[in-house]
Amino acid sequence: MKTAIADANLDRNPAGRTSGEPVLVLREVDKSFGAQHVLDGINLTVTRGETLAILGRSGTGKSVLLKIIIGLECMDSGSICIQGVEIAGIALNEMNRLRVKMGFLFQNAALYDSLTVEQNVAFPLERHTKMTASERSARVMELLSSVGMENDLKKMPSDISGGMQKRVGLARALALKPEILLLDEPTAGLDPITSGEIDDLVLKLQKDHALTSIVVTHDLQSAKTIADSVALLDKGKVVMEGSFQELAESHNDLVREFFKRDS
Amino acid sequence: MGAIMEATSNSSGTMINRSLEWFGDLGSFSWKVICAAFTKPFELREIIRQLDEIGSKSFPLVALAGTAIGTVLALESRSSLAHFGAKSMLPSAIIYAIVHEMGPIVTGLVVAGRVGAGIGAELGSMKVTEQIDAIEASAVNPYKLLVFTRVLACIVVLPLLTLVTDFCGVFAGWVAVTLSDPISFHRFLEKGLSGVSFSDFLAPTFRTCAFGLIIGVVACFQGMRTKGGTEGVGRSATNSVVLASLFVILADVILVKLILIFWP
Repeated sequence: MKTAIADANLDRNPAGRTSGEPVLVLREVDKSFGAQHVLDGINLTVTRGETLAILGRSGTGKSVLLKIIIGLECMDSGSICIQGVEIAGIALNEMNRLRVKMGFLFQNAALYDSLTVEQNVAFPLERHTKMTASERSARVMELLSSVGMENDLKKMPSDISGGMQKRVGLARALALKPEILLLDEPTAGLDPITSGEIDDLVLKLQKDHALTSIVVTHDLQSAKTIADSVALLDKGKVVMEGSFQELAESHNDLVREFFKRDS
Repeated sequence: MGAIMEATSNSSGTMINRSLEWFGDLGSFSWKVICAAFTKPFELREIIRQLDEIGSKSFPLVALAGTAIGTVLALESRSSLAHFGAKSMLPSAIIYAIVHEMGPIVTGLVVAGRVGAGIGAELGSMKVTEQIDAIEASAVNPYKLLVFTRVLACIVVLPLLTLVTDFCGVFAGWVAVTLSDPISFHRFLEKGLSGVSFSDFLAPTFRTCAFGLIIGVVACFQGMRTKGGTEGVGRSATNSVVLASLFVILADVILVKLILIFWP
């Protein structure tokens, strides 16, 4: 598996993976919680096969943005088009049709604690496919093998480490072969070695499944490894967007401070 | 003095606002559950799991509660009835009191305590750990999977558990009576049921469906709106029990009145 991950790193060619066709288009997205203005006129475009990393300090609205995209929160104003479908005011069944095309990895994995690892990954398959039990088992095994968790099928989420939970969460997010992957702090709370493994895994999966991804993180190393483009959020606004290199060389004070502090 | 009155007026205004907001949110929540109830899939497997979780696992507790009230009723009523020379009425008094009032309300309160706390804590914990968001993000309706299944199980299970409480109460009452004045169980039932028709059992037993609805909806509502980590989970569990018990008692008063009007 290590070799496969290394190969994925070597073969990575962001320019070749993206097609230029916009998959996710956010225009003037606003969101407030009471008096607190969390998102203030966010404009972002993610093209097919692209991985966009959203950086920013804690509390700048990064996770809220992901939750708005998947419909767990409502935006106050603005527009979000996912594969050409506007989600503002969309009916629940229409939103669910879009959700099936999206995978979401939560910050703390959010595994169902009453279900085993195997049942967690099988959950979306049971709901949205007509697979037989044996087909489902085979698919679950394939997914768990791809994240290196094939030997922990019967374990409960409370019996595995944080890094392992993230892996299972990733397998669950990929269960329905999504076209869009939303990752909320995939390396948060993990040690540097496990963080590196998760980054390599995400990279490999993006390559294998030709996914369009948005990764929310404040881990610069992670953003550098897995993202084609990076957007820096501060006080609910996009301060700068570009390649990692462009941001690293920026003269913008806020961007420089963010990069300097991390280095 | 003026400041105290102003503070009291402000605090009662806030309390009224909060209560109205709570009922408004409960209405909106109930509407989502009703909408979810009539859409496919019907989550049969989860309903069966909840019937077992709420029904089978409450069985020992309601049986014990029924036994206790039957025994106490027999011991307490015997001396009172003897005082008025109506000791022969003891079987009727026990059976009538248990079937008409004690059985349904005790079952409602016992289930509100056990199941209300369980549902409030379980859903509250799922809420704060984003498991409910994860269900929604998987394009599954949590109001259907988590709420409707639990509410339906509560509605179905409460009358059945009430029958268990009634039977245990009557049986324990007979044991308590027969220890001092030996009487066969058959004779005890015959005397107790002499002035009671089958329809007398129906309304009191089936009014516990309303208790089940209240317990299920209130506990799920409190669980689904949990905020604030483990402290919030504890608060949800406590509020579920307190509010469910309170509404069960209020509903009991209203339903008894309605039953007396429609089935005098």
